[in-house]
Amino acid sequence: MGVHKVLGIETEYGIVVKGQADSNPVSASSLLINAYVNELERERTAGPKVAWDFEDESPGKDARGSAGPSSPPEVETHLVNAVLTNGARYYVDHAHPELSTPECADARSIVVWDRAAEEIVRRSMVAANRLLPEGQELVVHKNNSDGKGNSYGCHENYLMGRSVPFGRIVSHATTHFITRQLFTGSGKVGSEAPGVGIDEVPYQLTQRADFFEAEVGLETTLKRPIVNTRDEPHADAQKYRRLHVITGDANCSEMATFLKVGTTAIVLAMVEDDAAGPVFSFRSPVQAMRKVSYDLSLSRPLELTDGTTITALEVQEELLRRARAWADQHGLETVGGEVAARVLDEWERVLHLLATDPMALADRIDWVAKYRMLEGYRDRHSVDWSHPTLGALALQYHDLRPERSLAGRAGLVRLVGDEEVHRAMTEPPEDTRAYFRGRCLQRWASQVVAANWDSIVFDVGSSALRRVPMMEPMRGTRAHVGTVLDESNDPADLVARLSA
Amino acid sequence: MAEREQKRKPAPAREVEEVADAPVTSETGEKLKADIDDLLDEIDEVLETNAEDFVRSYVQKGGE
Repeated sequence: MGVHKVLGIETEYGIVVKGQADSNPVSASSLLINAYVNELERERTAGPKVAWDFEDESPGKDARGSAGPSSPPEVETHLVNAVLTNGARYYVDHAHPELSTPECADARSIVVWDRAAEEIVRRSMVAANRLLPEGQELVVHKNNSDGKGNSYGCHENYLMGRSVPFGRIVSHATTHFITRQLFTGSGKVGSEAPGVGIDEVPYQLTQRADFFEAEVGLETTLKRPIVNTRDEPHADAQKYRRLHVITGDANCSEMATFLKVGTTAIVLAMVEDDAAGPVFSFRSPVQAMRKVSYDLSLSRPLELTDGTTITALEVQEELLRRARAWADQHGLETVGGEVAARVLDEWERVLHLLATDPMALADRIDWVAKYRMLEGYRDRHSVDWSHPTLGALALQYHDLRPERSLAGRAGLVRLVGDEEVHRAMTEPPEDTRAYFRGRCLQRWASQVVAANWDSIVFDVGSSALRRVPMMEPMRGTRAHVGTVLDESNDPADLVARLSA
Repeated sequence: MAEREQKRKPAPAREVEEVADAPVTSETGEKLKADIDDLLDEIDEVLETNAEDFVRSYVQKGGE
C-alpha cells in the first residue's frame, strides 16, 4: 500500500491597485500581507478581541499618526513571509501574494483551507485598503493570467513514496493532467498562445493550457513543463517525494477544487500501487494540452503514440473505471476514505454530464459557469467574442471582492460551510503535522523563532535554540501530540516532553 | 485492456485538426438561458465601473 496522500495547494493571486499610477505589484503584495499580519498581531496583543471591520478607521496617511496599543499598524514593504496559526504560509512570491494551505489529509480539507485562504486574502484586502489614500483600491483576483500573456500559478502538492519510479509517475500524471482539464478549467476568453486569434479560439476551458511548452522539466516560469520535476519533499527524503503539480487552474468552484485534487490523489495512489493500468501515451502532450482546452465540443480525438486516437472524455471514463477497480481491491484509506468515495461519485457524475449535458455543470465547473454568463451576455446584447465587456466579465468572475465577484453570483454548489471556513482561517487541520505547527504558533508565537514545513525552532530561554524536526507529514496530528501540547506549559517544557 | 482496445478507433488518415467544433450550447443551453436573465441583471449592477478600461489596463507580472 502506498503512502498517505498528504495534499496542499499554493495559490498566487492576481493583484492590482486601482487609482495608483504606476502601482508596484511587489509593494502591493507586501502591503496586503503585512496589513493582515499586523491586524492579527494587534488583535492578539490588544487584550479584548478587535473586530476585523472597524468602521471608524481612517485611511492611508492617517494610519501612522497616533501611537498607542490600538493604533493602526505600521506597514513595512520588505518581502513578507508569514506562517499562520492555521499552519498555512502567506508570502510574497515574485510579484504576487501567495498562500500555501497547510498540509491536508483529504480533498475535502483542501476545499476548507483553500476557502479559508480566500477569506484571509479578502480580510487582507479590507485591511490594506484602510491604509491606502482615498481614490486608491487594492484588488485581488483568484485567476491565473492577465489575458496578455502573463501567467501565475495554482500549484498542487502530493506526497508520494520515494520508491515509485519517477518515469511511471510522469507517464500517468501527464495523461491525467491533459484530460482532467475537462473539469479543472476556470475558462478563458481567447488564447494567449502566440498567433492564435479570437476567431480560432473564442473561449477555452482553462486559463493555463496556453502556457505549457515542455513535457517534463524543472522550470515553472519559462518553458513550463506538464510534469514538474522539483524534488523538494519537505519531509524524509529517503522515504518520500512531493509531486509538485503546476498545470492546474485556480478554481472558484469548490467542486472543481475537490475534483482536481481528489481525482489526482487517487490516480497517483494507483500509480504508487502499480495499478494504474496501461498508459495512454499522447503523441504530442503539449499539443494535446491545448487541444483539450480549445475543444468546446469535448469530442476531439487525440492521437496516441500507437497511431490510434481517443478523446479526453474517453480517457477520463477509463481512468474512473480503473480507479473504481483499484478502490475495490486496495481500499481508499490512503486517499481519504469516505471523502475519496465521494470523489469517485462526483467524478462519475461530472463525466456523465460532460458527455450528455455539459451546460448542466454550470453550478459546479468553473469554465461552464463562466461560459454560461458570457453566452447569456452575448445573447442579450448581440455581441461577438471580441467584445471588450466579455473580457471584463471574465476577469470579474475571479474578483475576490464580495460586492464584485461574479463567481460568487454564479450559483456554485458549496461543499463546506462558512462557519467551518471561518474557523480554518486560524485553526490548523487536526490530522496532519500542520496541527503541531499551528498549535505551537497559537500558544507560543513569541517564542517561535522560525517555522517551516518540516521543522519549528523555539527560543526556550537557554543559550541554544531548539529545533523540532517534523519529517513525517502524518505525525504531529492532534491524536499524536494533542495531549502533550495541551499539557506543556511552555516550549521548554514541550521540547523536554517530546524528547523524553 | 480489452475495454481500452474497444474504445480506440483507428486514427484518421490525415490530420485530426480538421474536426469541427460543435458549440457547447444545446437545447439545455437554451433552457438555462431563461434562468440566466436575473443573473445578467445582477451582473449589470455589480460590473466594475469602467470595466472595459479596467480589463484593458489589467497587467500582471508572470509568477511561480
